[in-house]
Amino acid sequence: MAFHVPEEYYYSKDHEWAQVDENIVTVGITEFAQEQLGEIVYVELPEEGQKVTQNQSFGVVESVKAASDLYAPVSGTVIEVNTSLTDDPSVLNDDTMNQGWMIRIEMDSEKELANLMRAPDYKKLIAEK
Amino acid sequence: MAQKTVLCAEHEKSGAKMVEFAGWYMPIQYIGLREEHDNVRKNVGLFDVSHMGEIRFKGPRALESLEWLTTNEVAKLNEGEAHYSLLPNDQGGLVDDIFVYCLKKNQDYLVCVNASNKDKDFKWMREHNKGAEITDESNIWSQIAIQGPKALALCDEVFEMKCSSFARNRIQPAQFQGHQIMIATTGYTGEKGCEVFVENKGAVALWQALMERGQKYSVMPIGLGARDTLRTEMKYSLYGNEIDDVTNPYAAGLGWVIKPQQKDFINRSGILSAKEKGIKQSLVGFKMLDRGIPRSHYLLFSFDNKEIGKVTSGTHSPTLDEPIGIAYISSEFAKEGSEFFVDIRGRKAKAKVCKTPFVSAGS
Repeated sequence: MAFHVPEEYYYSKDHEWAQVDENIVTVGITEFAQEQLGEIVYVELPEEGQKVTQNQSFGVVESVKAASDLYAPVSGTVIEVNTSLTDDPSVLNDDTMNQGWMIRIEMDSEKELANLMRAPDYKKLIAEK
Repeated sequence: MAQKTVLCAEHEKSGAKMVEFAGWYMPIQYIGLREEHDNVRKNVGLFDVSHMGEIRFKGPRALESLEWLTTNEVAKLNEGEAHYSLLPNDQGGLVDDIFVYCLKKNQDYLVCVNASNKDKDFKWMREHNKGAEITDESNIWSQIAIQGPKALALCDEVFEMKCSSFARNRIQPAQFQGHQIMIATTGYTGEKGCEVFVENKGAVALWQALMERGQKYSVMPIGLGARDTLRTEMKYSLYGNEIDDVTNPYAAGLGWVIKPQQKDFINRSGILSAKEKGIKQSLVGFKMLDRGIPRSHYLLFSFDNKEIGKVTSGTHSPTLDEPIGIAYISSEFAKEGSEFFVDIRGRKAKAKVCKTPFVSAGS
């Protein structure tokens, strides 16, 4: 199965993607993550204003099978939440890379981006799975 | 190294996602849990359940041994009949939950046991045997479950006999392309259908025949993922979740397969005295009033914050499209409609005891 892995995004080892626009980072889970989880039926996201820390859980997605934590790719403050996902998590099964974005974070430090992968490395990671 | 069933190559050919389960390399999913689940409720699904154990009791003392080892009344079974039953341990809990099939009254019985418990069960049976010839036949038999509203129509065609006229909980020896089989009208989904024991060397041919002839019934292979959601919707117990070596079977709601008035069995007095002292916990089904999906091991709390129980199984029901759960709860909360909290990762979400099975299926 070929996954869509946009070149311009950053990726975490926990299969979140991060799209960086100056100091604002939009976060979601990768197509690979969705495929591994199976059909997503439930999402729990943080509130606006909440602080998140790199590699710490900021929410939960659940498939029929199991619950999985979502990990923040960078530290910062949540400035926007895609609340439509809570009402209709099925968006995540259809378009996790765009419409399925979860939160926008105002990032504390650009330096943390160095801990993330770029597309070629992420493609390698999922190819090994 | 996980064991492989004879049908492993068939699963891999169909693109199944394979996982290790109870020491076996098994398909957890083929095309998707929900599609597979729905297909069993609407049409028909095939399950490779060859990992299950088969233990044979033969000889003049087969009945006596099984009566002692199990809680249900084996003497009631006539040739070709089967029942659900329990293997009690001597501590008040359960060694396993099982199905007992009578192949010849008083002389020949097949016991189907959980894969994860098979070696433990076999050892236990031998240690508490009352003179039966007990053999582990798990390496002889593959097992294919055919479940769903169209399952028996498919079986009628493939086995060229009127399976659809069989009563529930029967077993019928037969042949398939010269291979020995036993067709049992049992299952773990709540749907009509059967579980077929087939000699290993005939399993691939049978699987392929069912897949091929099943096309017109929209047959699909079904993974362990959907097997679990299907049984959860029926509130069927899973050993390791609802029941284990310390479970009082009355608390688990399994009193209907315990016959202490009719016969003696291992730890009969212990199980009875626990019942007479009063069952403190009951196994119930519940639904969520607040958002969230219950999962096993989540704790239950009363509204005044006392811990009152624990979830044993929970999922998002594909049929109902809402979360459902099974839990042990303090008996005073076990009544239908009773409300409580489930602790979902630190958040207290309201839930309510409901009627079970959660769905009305065809069997």
